[in-house]
Amino acid sequence: MGIIQRVVKPKTRRGKRALIKREAKLIENTKQCLFIRGSRTSNVIVNCVKDLTKLKKPHAVFLNRKHDILPFEAVNAVESLTRKYDSSLFGLVSHNKKRPNNLILGRIFDQQVLDMVELGVENFKSLDEFKNAKVALGNKPCLLFSGEPFQTPSSDFYRLKNLFVDFFRGEEIVNIRLQGIEHVLQFVAVENKVLLRSYRIILKKSGEKTPYVELEEIGPSMDFVLRRTKLASADLFKSACKQPKELKVKKVKNVSKDVFGSTMGRV
Amino acid sequence: MQAKMIFEEDAESDPTIRSTKVDKPLELELDIGNLLASDPNELNLKHLKSKNPNGYLQSLARDNTQLLINQIWTLPFERVDDVVIAKLPKPEYLLPREKPAPKGKQMTKWETYAKDKGITKRKKTKLVWDDLVKDWVPRYGYKRAAAEHEKDWVLEVPANADPFEDQFEKKSEAKSERVAKNELQRLKNIARARKVVVPSAGLTLTERPDKTELNQAMHVAKKATASLGKFQQKLPREKPLKNAGKKRKFEPLVQESGKEKNMNLNVLDNVMNKKPLMATEKLVSRGLREGPKEPVENSFEESEKRGRRGGMKGTKNTKAKKGSVRKGGFKKGRAAPRSKPKKKRQ
Repeated sequence: MGIIQRVVKPKTRRGKRALIKREAKLIENTKQCLFIRGSRTSNVIVNCVKDLTKLKKPHAVFLNRKHDILPFEAVNAVESLTRKYDSSLFGLVSHNKKRPNNLILGRIFDQQVLDMVELGVENFKSLDEFKNAKVALGNKPCLLFSGEPFQTPSSDFYRLKNLFVDFFRGEEIVNIRLQGIEHVLQFVAVENKVLLRSYRIILKKSGEKTPYVELEEIGPSMDFVLRRTKLASADLFKSACKQPKELKVKKVKNVSKDVFGSTMGRV
Repeated sequence: MQAKMIFEEDAESDPTIRSTKVDKPLELELDIGNLLASDPNELNLKHLKSKNPNGYLQSLARDNTQLLINQIWTLPFERVDDVVIAKLPKPEYLLPREKPAPKGKQMTKWETYAKDKGITKRKKTKLVWDDLVKDWVPRYGYKRAAAEHEKDWVLEVPANADPFEDQFEKKSEAKSERVAKNELQRLKNIARARKVVVPSAGLTLTERPDKTELNQAMHVAKKATASLGKFQQKLPREKPLKNAGKKRKFEPLVQESGKEKNMNLNVLDNVMNKKPLMATEKLVSRGLREGPKEPVENSFEESEKRGRRGGMKGTKNTKAKKGSVRKGGFKKGRAAPRSKPKKKRQ
């Protein structure tokens, strides 16, 4: 336990639990997201960020007060806020004439900004505009990516895809209830835009074991225009993706199963 | 078998039952652990750039989702409480971590020693039988202090101890020393784990020590020998440390018979026999000889303007000069012009 190695020990049990929650672990917590309102915003972009928070609940927090933060100029403000809320994903919204309906998505590694992408939101349709039943909170969505730009490693969209998966995949789970696969998020890359659509899955009977899939759009729906990016270098990204040795599945040597299913060992 | 075939026939002819087959020129890259599907196929740009691409997008999504669901349904599943659960494989798509992987805890000094010697930890019982109290007493934790307090009401003075020594104070001092030692060792272990260099003597490291710090460090180093620095060589121009090892000392309460009386009398003498900085008798006699001087107009105001405060002050070497004394000399009874009292900073 990392707590015992602190110079100043926590005075309360609650404080101790809070510190244990925040420390580095082998298997990490679900990534928390922090959405921040910038110093100047529009209705559209605020509704957009509120919908994103709803999508990501309970792992998202929205700071509704205006913050005078410009991430592309000074990352310190963002880093300190994310450190405070123990979140490794962040989103900042703003609106001005030069960059209308601006959404900056980013992620943190080791209390420092790893990647940051500035997207312009167009054709935004909020959750309220789709008048139908929605999906339950905390549902793990299926993620679909289509389009050439997502496939080419040299383009920005390759890392953007990684960022989107990180943002929207939800918790890491081992078992999934088959009836609970209800939500689909689709990202389509066209030229310099990414079209985001969100659907509810309705499983219908088919002649076979697997059901027939029907989709119903529930929103939100928006088109992202890629503006500025600040992506981590290949080395930094590689070191951030490094998994600890302890998590590697150990290969059991000299043991095999024969045709009848009985385990055979070699001495 | 026959029943099944009938069913299949029905399926083909029945328009309400649809096929779950999806044909795509290129296979999707599926990562079931993340419920992620990447479609490398080309898109119909004409549809996408049209006014309403949503229809095309929905059909595209439906096809890809169908393929994903097909794959999920091939996984092994179990039934738990009327609910069908599929076991997802480990996610393959590489995502960066939040924080770097934790480094293993380094062993403390005792732990390494114990490992070398083969000393294993032995579990101690919480309750210990105590003969004094004739009861089971906790060794640590809840109600241990209360149990100690029961035995503490009297402490024996051991045969070789000073009868005037406070045993209770001695006990509590010993405990605070043990606690402090434990804390020091804990911090040392942390410093060792983090590879921070900590000096063993009482001086903390500074990057650029000044003259006094260097001097102190040198003296500490000299003392840190087996004979406490008695036989250390001295440098030719080395100055001994001022107040080295001296703690603030007070006179004992009960002294020899005449000592305290003498001390007090000395204090009185020093106070009463204080010689003024200026020779008052000389000045007075000179003044009487010379007679009164012409009173200077507005002498008080003028001196105020010049900003003289309080009485005439002189340095050690000032002698009373002719004419430099004002009539009435020290401004007895007159409040000197004082500067505004300084307001307390809040």
